Amino acid sequence: MFRVLHRWPGLLALALVTVLALSGAALSVFPAVERLAGPQAEAGLTAATLADRILALYPGLEQIRRAPSGQITAYWFDQGAPGAAVIDPATGQGVASADPNLVERWLTNLHRSLFLGDGGRIAMAAGAAAMLVLSLSGAALVARRAGGWRHWFAPLRGPLVSRLHVEIARIAVIGLVLSSTTALWMTASTFELLPELGAMPAFPAKVSGKTGVALGQVPTLLQTPVAELRGLSFPYPGDATDVFTLRTDRGTGYLDQGTGVLLGWADLTGWERVSETIYMLHTGQGAATLGLVLGFMALCVPALGATGVLIWLAGRRGRPRIRGNHPAGRAETILLVGSEGGSTWGFAATLHAALSRAGQGVHVGPMSAFAPDRYARAERIILLAATYGNGAAPASAKGFLDRLNAAGRAADIPLAVLGFGDRSFPAYYAFAKAAARAAGAKGWPELLPLDTVDRQSPQDFARWGRTLGQALGIPLELSHQPVLPVTESLTLVSRRDHGAEVQAPTAILRFALPHVPLWQRLTRAGFAGFAVGDLIGVLPEGSAVPRFYSLASARRDGFIEIVVKKHPGGLCSQQLTSLAPGDTVTAFVRRNPGFRPGRGRAPLILIGAGTGIGPLAGFVRGNTRQRPVHLFFGMRHGGSDFFYGEEMVDWQAEGRLTRLVTAVSRGARPLYVQDALRGDAAQVTQLIRDGARVMVCGGRDMAAGVADALAEILAPTGLTPAVLKVEGRYVEDVY
Amino acid sequence: MKSLLATLTLTTALTLPCLAAARPVTLTTSLNNYGGDGAYLALYVTDASGDYVGSLWMAGGKSKYYKHLSDWNRATRGDATQVNGITGASVGAGRTLEITLDLADALFDAGFTLHIDAAVEDMRDSPNEVSVPLTTEGAGMPMKGRRYVASFAYDM
Repeated sequence: MFRVLHRWPGLLALALVTVLALSGAALSVFPAVERLAGPQAEAGLTAATLADRILALYPGLEQIRRAPSGQITAYWFDQGAPGAAVIDPATGQGVASADPNLVERWLTNLHRSLFLGDGGRIAMAAGAAAMLVLSLSGAALVARRAGGWRHWFAPLRGPLVSRLHVEIARIAVIGLVLSSTTALWMTASTFELLPELGAMPAFPAKVSGKTGVALGQVPTLLQTPVAELRGLSFPYPGDATDVFTLRTDRGTGYLDQGTGVLLGWADLTGWERVSETIYMLHTGQGAATLGLVLGFMALCVPALGATGVLIWLAGRRGRPRIRGNHPAGRAETILLVGSEGGSTWGFAATLHAALSRAGQGVHVGPMSAFAPDRYARAERIILLAATYGNGAAPASAKGFLDRLNAAGRAADIPLAVLGFGDRSFPAYYAFAKAAARAAGAKGWPELLPLDTVDRQSPQDFARWGRTLGQALGIPLELSHQPVLPVTESLTLVSRRDHGAEVQAPTAILRFALPHVPLWQRLTRAGFAGFAVGDLIGVLPEGSAVPRFYSLASARRDGFIEIVVKKHPGGLCSQQLTSLAPGDTVTAFVRRNPGFRPGRGRAPLILIGAGTGIGPLAGFVRGNTRQRPVHLFFGMRHGGSDFFYGEEMVDWQAEGRLTRLVTAVSRGARPLYVQDALRGDAAQVTQLIRDGARVMVCGGRDMAAGVADALAEILAPTGLTPAVLKVEGRYVEDVY
Repeated sequence: MKSLLATLTLTTALTLPCLAAARPVTLTTSLNNYGGDGAYLALYVTDASGDYVGSLWMAGGKSKYYKHLSDWNRATRGDATQVNGITGASVGAGRTLEITLDLADALFDAGFTLHIDAAVEDMRDSPNEVSVPLTTEGAGMPMKGRRYVASFAYDM
């Protein structure tokens, strides 16, 4: 619901809201400039003295006004010719033109009505309403995505554009809500939809009939500090029945022009004060700093618009057309998708195509359309389910669990669930788990045990596809390409071999940087801007499915380095480990922004085993600022697979690595990296208390062991790896 | 420019039994290039003793700004219903407002004065911008306002 409320007003009102925001941001500068540039009254100056000073210089004085910024303007007639100037209150002398600033007037008219009169005002009010709806629905989306309002500022993961969108929004949203609400109030006031309860005092029925009071002696003016003055209008020359009209922060009154007596007074009503406060909050007039802050937040709107459109386009691209989709009632396989951003639909399309090629009739639909009564010819149901936030149903699976529970007896159709998610989230594939459990509880037979795809891994998906193929008795090769990457040919520069003695032949492969076209350099796309911990997708010869390796180098290192262990029967690792310098491979870069050490001086605890050392070594190599880094490294045998062993010595000497703790698993006393952590419990606890960030890289079992060990170590402190994960202080790159 | 024919009944005191005793009068108000937004103009009539008799026209639709037309506001005690049905758009700098009204003959040569109050956003409020006695021989004689009106004339 929130997504719909966010997407469509956003796209429809984009231009309008952008004009509103940019003109508003430009306008926000004027009150501040006026405040800084305008001469301010000295403390304690009274309206009486000020009026006296101005009147002495401009005898035809007709009106004095004081803007909320403190700027004082006087209007007079000199021998029939109208005059006006900004006044220096210290002297009463005009110092600047009082003509309205044409740029400000132009911007104001653009901002409030697009130069189109009342129709334009209504259009701009609609823009403000759209901005309010966008802000509120966006805030709800951010809260839902982060797992609740308490996690409003939780660190973000995901593609750069969507992170940018949320990062900007969660700062700007306050200002946008304030500006749009006050805008709607002001429009309502302009169109007289709000009561105008401002009262003028009744005009005095009787005046003294005399003229020419000395302003400097008028008690009311002597009691009015200039800081409270808003305006003083002079009586019409020659009309003895006219009076002085005084407006201050407290109200409006009339003064006799002969005696200076206060003839009538009306206080500002509460309603007027509310209206004025709202005017001040919107325009920044009288609150220049707030105005600048709001203006800055308004400047975020074009950025939000641009990133929002990119997210929307990416979502559309990510949701492919399904060709030859069977109706639910005639399909043998029912394929239901629970997707938030659209990426899971891509996997569904791949599966649909593969099953269709194998002669199956397949129906693809959203999980929210689950309707077992309609599946007349179905032989199996497959659920591809992502997870949203802290285990909630993703957009296209809303209401699935209710439908499942509300449906009568389970049909005799075997059901399989494949969960999609990000292993580094605490609620990894939680919704898929909930769906599988609910189906099991309802008595649906299980086609395959629950399985998962981590971070859209094509390998995970292909592996699961083979299991599905076995269950169906058909060969099923799922080669899913989430986004068609631009590949490059990389040339091997050097290789270092380890591990042959411990039956784990491993190579540290270093490739030359490919030539990067200008547009990539500008956008830092592809190989133009990779960082340590990003992934490199290698396309082995004879397969369209890329294999991913964590990068051990960053762009500024000047080379591309990965650590590859040769797996028996592994197509890609076989090819890579048999490369000779000068040979080439086809590869592309995939960002992995969730696995970064981050900025700052907080200590790093790097934990890895085997080839998982690659990115961790890369972080140490890039640590020129000598941030404290503690590396726990598990290997089989110190003499055989101590990757980067020589460099470690240099890095320690250069201060890039504070401490190295190794654990050797083959020997008299086998020790795993989690054992090394336990052995160092006191210091690890202290480091984490000091704000350390934990980064784990390696195999799945090792990562699980490390998480268990850390949970034990941290138990006395009340912290857990799960809490650290939520805070973004515990990240994993697991394969 | 703006042209319309309105049957104006000023106050009950001046309402005449039949329209035969009224004649169309064209009021032409040209503004100078004062360099601001559209001006609010209130055209109204006072009698020989200076008391408010009635309004002829209000250029400017948002009643929350009427308080800046301070003489008119004072004369009507801020009663926006005085200009119900005789309200039009504000008049831009350098533009001309032309209105044609059926005015009672009794308004002429009887000491009545036509006033224009003017106000522009973020500029001077100009009450009594124009004040001209309504006489038959004064018809067609253009006159200048104090700040915003380059010329005003009424033609019969």
